[in-house]
Amino acid sequence: MNTMNTPPNAMPESSRDSEINDSQIVAPAVLAATRPFYWCLGRELWENRSIYIAPLAVAALILFGFMISTVHLPDKMRAASALDPMKQHEMIEQPYDFAELLLMGTYLIVAVFYCLDALHGERRDRSILFWKSLPVSDVTTVLSKASIPLLVLPLLTWTITVATQWIMLLLGSAVLLGSGQSAAPLWSHLPLFQMWMGLLYHLVVVHGFYFAPVYGWLLLVSGWARRMAFLWAGLPMLAIGFVEKIAFNTSYFANFLGSRLQAGDDAGALSAPGHGMDLPTVLNLAEFLISPGMLIGLAIFAAFLVASIRLRRYQGPI
Amino acid sequence: MPCIEASGLRKAFKNTIALDGVNLRVEDGRILGLIGPNGAGKTTALNAILGLTPYQGELRVLGRNPWTERDLLMRDVCFIADVAVLPRWIRVSQLLDYVAGVHPRFDRAKAEGFLTKTTIRRASKVRELSKGMVTQLHLALVMAIDARLLVLDEPTLGLDILYRKQFYDSLLNDYFDRSRTIVVTTHQVEEIQHVITDVMFMDRGRIVFSSSMEDFEARYLEVSVRPEQLAAARALRPIEERQAIGRSILLFDSVDRSQLSALGDVRTPSIADLFIAVVGDKPGHGAGQSPGAAR
Repeated sequence: MNTMNTPPNAMPESSRDSEINDSQIVAPAVLAATRPFYWCLGRELWENRSIYIAPLAVAALILFGFMISTVHLPDKMRAASALDPMKQHEMIEQPYDFAELLLMGTYLIVAVFYCLDALHGERRDRSILFWKSLPVSDVTTVLSKASIPLLVLPLLTWTITVATQWIMLLLGSAVLLGSGQSAAPLWSHLPLFQMWMGLLYHLVVVHGFYFAPVYGWLLLVSGWARRMAFLWAGLPMLAIGFVEKIAFNTSYFANFLGSRLQAGDDAGALSAPGHGMDLPTVLNLAEFLISPGMLIGLAIFAAFLVASIRLRRYQGPI
Repeated sequence: MPCIEASGLRKAFKNTIALDGVNLRVEDGRILGLIGPNGAGKTTALNAILGLTPYQGELRVLGRNPWTERDLLMRDVCFIADVAVLPRWIRVSQLLDYVAGVHPRFDRAKAEGFLTKTTIRRASKVRELSKGMVTQLHLALVMAIDARLLVLDEPTLGLDILYRKQFYDSLLNDYFDRSRTIVVTTHQVEEIQHVITDVMFMDRGRIVFSSSMEDFEARYLEVSVRPEQLAAARALRPIEERQAIGRSILLFDSVDRSQLSALGDVRTPSIADLFIAVVGDKPGHGAGQSPGAAR
């Protein structure tokens, strides 16, 4: 029975010596403040591979469909040359606009599902206990999660859209040249630089910043709800709308939500007529960025983020 | 400065009081075993120490307030909550990258060294590993961090006997060096009896017994009493008596060994037996009345 009670530190001298030497070699390195943030961002991409797989898959589908459609491209171009320039422009631009819209829609869907799981998944699988055992603050964690829909997704979507449209243009040109036609009308009717800058603005400023309170709300719900985060995110909105309608017979709240989700009248007023994603002038952009709609939205977003950070401090596994 | 110092630690949930005025002090270089029944408040106490839950009362861990300074504290503190907290989607190589990226005291080469002794491959995802391998992986990560305090909450829960033995062996041989402090809770009391330097019993949110293992061994003796000596043995006022294969086993507190050896075979009791004597079969006992009640 005595063997049970041998002193706990009875380990071979040699192994203890090497242990001490090891720990002397390891001088604690000093980390830059941005390093944990960088690795947290990386961790989000490892965990949520749909962030880049979904838009890449959609881009592949678009290209596949476009490739099939190029069979008719020479005929279409021949027919188009008879039309007036406005109609011709519309016809040529259409598939490119469609690609843009599809990828933008993918961004929004991925963003919503990402946000609803961001602070929920780690509690559900108990891994929050592991993440919290590392010297990473709740602020860093929540900010890294919030920057996915706000910055990472718009920039990624932009890059993938640009690459997709570029490939479409090259494919179209090759087909036209192959059939003995000139590819010049294609190039002259596609103001690529303008389209891409307009898209960048639209993705970052409208779908990123202007939608920020939506993402903030979804993050907050995902950090708060024990289950069915999706339902909790939507039901209160419906409830407020119904109560307002029944109590006052008004629909300010519903209109407010609706205009926010349609990227707002403020954003719409910016765009040149005819095309929703044209490049705004610098003046218009500045005006939009400091418009009440934008500023109030960002303030609400900040409040939701602070609440999410505070919540994560209190929350453990579900 | 003690490693952990708490006074009047309280924590109440909706219907239960998880911590009811806990006072404790853990010095550097100790291995403390925190023993108690389910719901005694062990995990709540550890969560408070780790900054995972708010509390009332005074608590300092390595001189810091764990609730407000968790991220800074975690540079010097490691914990393994239980076997299943590593995210299941992550790859072993990603895990190493991440910890190396965020932890200033993580020695990646050391962790790789520990892993080469196992069958864990870098490309595997955690979900592909067995429970035992996940524990090995977590332990390899933790042992490669030059921390001052390691907290283990049921670290070997659900592991088979080989992994359990291996777990404590590597902890003692490859990690513990007398300057670090380890706090461990477990229901497998017999496993840690030869590992720990101090023992505390918790019950109903209070610490009801606290002792160093040296004192424990000097103070408590268990005698397997021959039937004819039973009356004489009982006269020495044992704190616990139980029957085992035709013999009575009596547990004594602070009775001279030479006096006891005349009655039968004398040995150091297991922590589990003392735990039963102190906490067990005493329905409705007041915490302060137990023999050896610490504070």
